[in-house]
Amino acid sequence: MDIVAVLADSFRTAFGPIAAAYALAAVGLNLHFGYTGLLNFGHVAFMMTGAYGVAVTVDQGGPLWLGFIVGVVGAVVLGLLFGLPTLRLRVEYLAIVTIAAGEVLRTLLRSGGESSLTRGVFGIQRFADDFFAANPFDRGSYGWGRFAYSERGLWVLVIGWSLVALVTLVVVQLARSPWGRVLRAIREDEDAARSLGKNVFVYKLQSLVIGGVLGALAGMLLAIDRQSVNPDTFLPVLTFAVFAIVILGGPGSRLGPVVGAIVYWFVIQFTDRFLREAIAVGWIPESVIDSTDVGAVRFVLVGAMLMGLIIWRPQGLLGRREEVLLDAD
Amino acid sequence: MPTEQSGHSSPPPPSPPPPPPSAIPILRIERLRKQFGGIVAVDVERLDVARGTITALVGPNGAGKTTLFNLVCGFDRPQSGSWFFDGRDVSGRPAHRIARSGMIRTFQLTKALSKMSVLDNMLVAGAAQRGEHLLSGLVPPTWRSQERALVDRAAVMLERFELDRMASEYAGTLSGGQRKLLELARALMAEPSMLLLDEPTAGVNPVLVQSILTHVLALRDDGMTILFVEHNMDVVMSISGRVVCMAEGRVIADGSPDAVAADDAVIDAYLGRRREA
Amino acid sequence: MLALTGVFVVTAATPVWPQTDDAEPPVETEDAEPPVEADTSEPAGAGSVEHPESLRGTLRDPDGQPVVGVEVVVSQDGTEVGRAESGTDGAWALGLPGPGSYQVTLLVETLPTGIGLRNPDRSTLLDVRVQPGQSRPISFALGEGRVSGISRVTRFANLAADGVRLGLILALASIGLSLIFGVTGLVNFAHGELVTFGALVAYFFSASGAVGNMPLVMATILAAVFGGMAGFGLERGLFRPLRRRRTGNVSLIVVTIGLSLMLRHIFLVVFAGRPRPFDEFTIQTGFAIGPVSLRPKDWAIIVLCSLLLLLVGIMLQRTRLGTAMRAVADNRDLAESSGIDVDRIIMATWVMGAMLAAVGGVFQGISETVVWDMGFTLLLLMFAAVILGGIGTAYGALVGALVIGLASQLSTYWISPKFRIGVGLAVLIVVVLLRPQGIMGRRERVG
Repeated sequence: MDIVAVLADSFRTAFGPIAAAYALAAVGLNLHFGYTGLLNFGHVAFMMTGAYGVAVTVDQGGPLWLGFIVGVVGAVVLGLLFGLPTLRLRVEYLAIVTIAAGEVLRTLLRSGGESSLTRGVFGIQRFADDFFAANPFDRGSYGWGRFAYSERGLWVLVIGWSLVALVTLVVVQLARSPWGRVLRAIREDEDAARSLGKNVFVYKLQSLVIGGVLGALAGMLLAIDRQSVNPDTFLPVLTFAVFAIVILGGPGSRLGPVVGAIVYWFVIQFTDRFLREAIAVGWIPESVIDSTDVGAVRFVLVGAMLMGLIIWRPQGLLGRREEVLLDAD
Repeated sequence: MPTEQSGHSSPPPPSPPPPPPSAIPILRIERLRKQFGGIVAVDVERLDVARGTITALVGPNGAGKTTLFNLVCGFDRPQSGSWFFDGRDVSGRPAHRIARSGMIRTFQLTKALSKMSVLDNMLVAGAAQRGEHLLSGLVPPTWRSQERALVDRAAVMLERFELDRMASEYAGTLSGGQRKLLELARALMAEPSMLLLDEPTAGVNPVLVQSILTHVLALRDDGMTILFVEHNMDVVMSISGRVVCMAEGRVIADGSPDAVAADDAVIDAYLGRRREA
Repeated sequence: MLALTGVFVVTAATPVWPQTDDAEPPVETEDAEPPVEADTSEPAGAGSVEHPESLRGTLRDPDGQPVVGVEVVVSQDGTEVGRAESGTDGAWALGLPGPGSYQVTLLVETLPTGIGLRNPDRSTLLDVRVQPGQSRPISFALGEGRVSGISRVTRFANLAADGVRLGLILALASIGLSLIFGVTGLVNFAHGELVTFGALVAYFFSASGAVGNMPLVMATILAAVFGGMAGFGLERGLFRPLRRRRTGNVSLIVVTIGLSLMLRHIFLVVFAGRPRPFDEFTIQTGFAIGPVSLRPKDWAIIVLCSLLLLLVGIMLQRTRLGTAMRAVADNRDLAESSGIDVDRIIMATWVMGAMLAAVGGVFQGISETVVWDMGFTLLLLMFAAVILGGIGTAYGALVGALVIGLASQLSTYWISPKFRIGVGLAVLIVVVLLRPQGIMGRRERVG
């Protein structure tokens, strides 16, 4: 087994464009879950909105920048649709409604035929040519050995991580402001915040919409990186992968989503590659797991991460242990 | 009769001259009724609280005291009734708007914001903060000076409640009594004109109880109106100017502490409960 | 520009196909008889540039007239790839994402009155292989309807009956979800996996051939037993310790999500992605009672579900355990102080809820197919049922489930069945909007 190659691949994925997109989504979900205590199980719907906003707009002949605007506006509308009916209700309702709404949206996207606006299950391809036309990097491979990106990968990666840095700065600034203090108060005890004159509903709605827009940006980045959107990319598991990242990084911590995304993708990619290699060289007999099962193993891992972290290390990598201990009353 | 009814509509009838502001009760409750299923939790015909007084609300468990707090503060909605704070009709308004109008409550089970520092607990209570708006939150110069003033006020308040050494600790690390003090101090940060305290001394050691009572009396002397629910009769007798006793949702006695303590209906209500239990 | 080209190419690649130059024999639904129509063949030109692979066919009635507006669903590994509707010439075609093995289903309910499949059990063709670049012809042999002259009323009645069937299965599965919420406050997102687990256990014992196929009745009982054990294990090994540690509500929900994800994908690894029917009951013809014609297995499921639900109702109403369960669900502290062993009641609720979920899974597997993620698909409908009925109540779950089952099945009378699940979820969203406490629930006390 070529362990060096496995490691190099894992690092490449951990710092790659997809990890950047997940980090972006996680910054948004961290605002929901970590700062405000909202249980948004439909984050994938925001990502879908962003991805399809860009893809459909360009596919219909619009420019790429218009696609960004469509995606962002779509996410704002979606956030209001999710939030207005549910944010006054107990936390479980938001969870159930958002997961259901995500599935409804996916069903709608895939219900059309090949000639419909969203092109049904065929999805839309090649809508980001303008983005890659603006690529300042020359053709070639950037990196060392196997840890290297193509000029396209590097371009998406640079834009992606820059975006992550930018939104992290904005969110950290917001979290430090009195606005963020109110969010934390709401997370701790809604009624206490209300008794002190805070309009809890408006704050939750703001948090939901802003985090949702970040989710939409992440969806756009994913779509552009692949030059392809398809409804079945946006299964509910995607939301939970982002949840795993937020909890891994430490809910409510400033750099948690970023560190979480990098570590998450390293672990996932390493397991994936390691298992495939191990099957290939015969360490694991095909009767136990064959290579087609490896994709499923990834989600077994995500599930185990979610459970294990909440049970044994709820503060994640960067959260504060003391805060978690305070939960016990 | 008809004239009295029309007095209910929004422009008050011109006939009786408006009394001086100090004579208007700061809180007036009229025909307030709340039912859960078939059980009447609150059924208060009329209750006035005068400005600058300390009023105790007593009664056996399940008398509807906390429900009354919840209704008046907008945490729960009654089936019918209206109530006025500071002369304004606040019936049916959402909790945060009632709080902003100057009536701040505390909770029976203390709601310290555990994973926030004691100081942050105080700061979050500050009223009308510019930095609490989303856009100005992003631009610190718009709120920094206000924040500094707030921190100074919080420091003074924490010192007054002897919590200054704990300022940077998590609120979750405080003892039960300290939490009660923090909740009281935090309520004051919102600059209320009336406080509704739900069992401010429950589960607090005697030394801290004395300290809380001293604070409450001092607040009254500063002009604050206080309505509080209490089970500890010593506390009730020692600080309140007036005692209201509720049972099964109704006000059954109202008057000076001694009068209420001697009231037959009150004794029956308490003993009746005891016999049942 | 790109979009335009795409549309043009696709249109050009789907011509009308009466000509015959059999390069590849059509997949037939009947081996002996030649199909009445649906004789199709490779078109002259190549397929579309972007999606060269496709499936196509023409539907004609026994008189050779085209049959219009019939839906054909194509799926792969249990995931729907697309749908096509026959046009005015009876032809349908569907581009595919790539070569591979597909399942093709003709939606019998979209056939017009008086027309049915010659062999009603061949409405689904499993394992249709498509080679790279191939446009594969598919034929369905149509004849006179098995229910002669299926009227609008009959179709509606059939859909309603099937809605009741789905509703009862949902009810069986959701009682546990609702009661567990009632007694512990836990919203269990892994409840769907208990449903799948039941179906998988029954499949393992009765149809996999691994242990010498036992009768399905036995296998169902075993599924209930194993399901109950799973419920016991989860409560004892996971949720009781977490409750003792006073883990917050939100954290617990995340734990159940993680559990759901993990179990579901373990099922996928073990069971693989292909949906599998219980062989014992695959071929059944309709059995009519009054205007309603259902397959005998669906009749049996309706009867069995009703009996089980009745038993649960009696248990909740008449037995000591049932009264205690309702008491704990109503007010836990009060129940505890009146001497009820709350932990024991919670355990009983878990075991009972998991058993019912497992049996519900078996029934759903018999009526439709066994798939690794069937429980998760049902979960969202179960939530809809539970919220609709009033979360935490057992009877509410029953009423809610029937409403959701009927709504989603009956909706296919008017709109395409592909929105079936969506309809159930839309009902959920509307209910949360209008009456979050559900039909039977009470408004919650605040403070």
